[in-house]
Amino acid sequence: MYRSHVLVCGGTGCTSSGSQAIIEKLNFEIAKNGLDKEVQVVKTGCFGLCALGPIMIVYPEGTFYSMVKEADIEEIVSEHLVKGRIVSRLVYDETVTTEGVKSLQDTDFYRNQKRIALRNCGVINPENIEEYIGTGGYEALGKALTEMTPEQVIDTILASGLRGRGGAGFPTGRKWQMARNFVQDGGQKYVCCNADEGDPGAFMDRSVLEGDPHVVLEAMAIAGYAIGASQGYIYVRAEYPIAVKRLEIAINQAHEYGLLGKDIFGTGFDFDIGLRLGAGAFVCGEETALMTSIEGNRGEPRPRPPFPAVKGLFERPTILNNVETYANVPRIILNGAEWFAEMGTEKSKGTKVFALGGKINNTGLVEVPMGTTLRTIIEEIGGGIPNGKKFKAAQTGGPSGGCISAENLDVPIDYDNLIAIGSMMGSGGLIVMDEDNCMVDIAKFFLQFTVDESCGKCTPCRIGTRRLLEMLDKVTKGQATLEDLDRIEKLCYYIKDNSLCGLGQTAPNPVLSTLRYFKDEYIAHVVDKKCPAGVCKDLLSYEIDKEKCIGCGMCARQCPASAISKTDYTAPGKKLPALAIDPEKCVKCGACMAQCKFGAISKK
Amino acid sequence: MAKNIAIPFKGTAEQEAKLRQVIAEHKSDKGALMPVLQKAQEIYGYLPVEVQKIIAEEMDVSMEKIYGVVTFYSQFSLYPKGEYTISVCLGTACYVKGSGDIFDKISETLGIKGGETTADGKFTLVDCRCIGACGLAPVMTINDDVYGRLTTKEVEGILDKYRNA
Repeated sequence: MYRSHVLVCGGTGCTSSGSQAIIEKLNFEIAKNGLDKEVQVVKTGCFGLCALGPIMIVYPEGTFYSMVKEADIEEIVSEHLVKGRIVSRLVYDETVTTEGVKSLQDTDFYRNQKRIALRNCGVINPENIEEYIGTGGYEALGKALTEMTPEQVIDTILASGLRGRGGAGFPTGRKWQMARNFVQDGGQKYVCCNADEGDPGAFMDRSVLEGDPHVVLEAMAIAGYAIGASQGYIYVRAEYPIAVKRLEIAINQAHEYGLLGKDIFGTGFDFDIGLRLGAGAFVCGEETALMTSIEGNRGEPRPRPPFPAVKGLFERPTILNNVETYANVPRIILNGAEWFAEMGTEKSKGTKVFALGGKINNTGLVEVPMGTTLRTIIEEIGGGIPNGKKFKAAQTGGPSGGCISAENLDVPIDYDNLIAIGSMMGSGGLIVMDEDNCMVDIAKFFLQFTVDESCGKCTPCRIGTRRLLEMLDKVTKGQATLEDLDRIEKLCYYIKDNSLCGLGQTAPNPVLSTLRYFKDEYIAHVVDKKCPAGVCKDLLSYEIDKEKCIGCGMCARQCPASAISKTDYTAPGKKLPALAIDPEKCVKCGACMAQCKFGAISKK
Repeated sequence: MAKNIAIPFKGTAEQEAKLRQVIAEHKSDKGALMPVLQKAQEIYGYLPVEVQKIIAEEMDVSMEKIYGVVTFYSQFSLYPKGEYTISVCLGTACYVKGSGDIFDKISETLGIKGGETTADGKFTLVDCRCIGACGLAPVMTINDDVYGRLTTKEVEGILDKYRNA
């Protein structure tokens, strides 16, 4: 028994900011002070508050240290762990109150959250199966195999109202039911997990895989029992090395404990899981493309029907669910469908994990009940926008989604409401933008992404998205007309209606939603030839305020185009003549503005 | 087409033995081509035609199919990479925080575009889609080192560390 546990985040965010070195230093200092029998250091998955990484929590007190540096460790060990005195200078300041240090659960960031899919992330050591079992892991699999029929498992998932967390929101139970019933020839069926989290700015699935890999294995085995499959595949991005490593460890441990393999729990049920690594193709997140890729081919989508539930991987009935969807399954089996269905809105049950990023103070991972408003997520949990800037839009659903404007901040978030306001749930990326972001530029950014990632199989997507990008490029260069805006809209609907798979069908969403809510910005680019946010380089001009300029010449030395020269005007009180920029020569790189210490240069 | 240094294939017998062993291990698996290509790239660093030929013969698949798969996925490379691969995240969270400017700055400083390698074989510049360290945005990686909360001003100094390494 240890008297104290120090939990250090070993997720990708904190590992990138140096948590591995902190763990090593901690172990060294703890041993040096002779505490190695009393204090245990545990490397966990993601806590969620990535902006404050590297993060560590000391239990039993629950002291939350943030932005810890290697140099701080000696003090934390000698003060906190040896003498029991909290090093308050390093504690997350939100938890420090006049009455002392409050619990992390009471901070704005955690108070409004409800963690089901993430319940073990940041709590257990993901590389140790016993810690997972210690928190009720594999109990749901035991219950399903020994107390429930496959039909009862499917009925429970159906009744819970769980919908796919990968984006489209298809009822999970229905998918399972189809795969069980449509083909009953006794042949092989497959259970697949989509861990090819391709939406830029979304990292929910990665955090579950890194922080709680066994929950995915357990849920896949339950799904295998429900549909009558003995083989599963996890298709995971190769860009997630930590997740891949922990999945490998988890699969090996589950084998050792008899929780995967032959005759699980002595019930005669066999189930095994193989890992397949993606190779950097966004379209492979689409279900049929993913299966084509596992088969060892170019990851191009296939027309549906036939649906995967009838003819999927290797032409056999297959179900594919997303990581977060699976992370909910064991709890639903254990706590019952009613427990799950109590949370959320009428048609969207349970919780949703969002990866909060962009212009927001508390960048990180949050899990909230469906129906929470965007305002709560951004202003309370997210801690608002940095540097006193104004909120402009939130983008959900990645390249398939849309931008939500300030007028919709109070809409309760669920699958159907988001579609109604022109966006979609997507896998859960939520990027906040402020007044410095140009919405036309953002639409162009997403289109560039889709053009790069279009697999090329169908014409509307391959050629349509490229033409759309070219037209957007004209807008950002001030060369478009108002008729072009109409043409853009028409092409958007054409691509949506005619593309083969989800990638093309949703690719125009970022354009359509920005046209809907930020049309004035498009018009400013087209009619006034101005970019109100000051992003689109071709529409910018840099100017020197001759009253503020002291004539030091720093800007002229930085200018790569030699566009800055002296004027004959010297402002009152200044010793040297002011400088001016020649708009003909200026390449709009902004180097002069970054260099000026007197705030004399502005962009318009 | 990206500028790539023409380096003659210099595979060793040892590498080839390793590759043949990998193929033997995976040959009977369903859908084995992708894992074999991934392992082959680990062994050689890239997938030149010589390596593709060995895989085609041993696995009894056509060269055409292998070339199709290799060119479909961005992770596979037909050309050797530089000593250091600079990967700038152009995911949304990094992009809204200015990673596009970081990318442009590096491109300008090194005189290469995305996907290209410097003439001395030192640096390859690529963009990537979200490594998931959004809390540190904007982010880039140079081989296994991660640089977060970057500004364009820091670029030169960071590159210098590797230039002289």
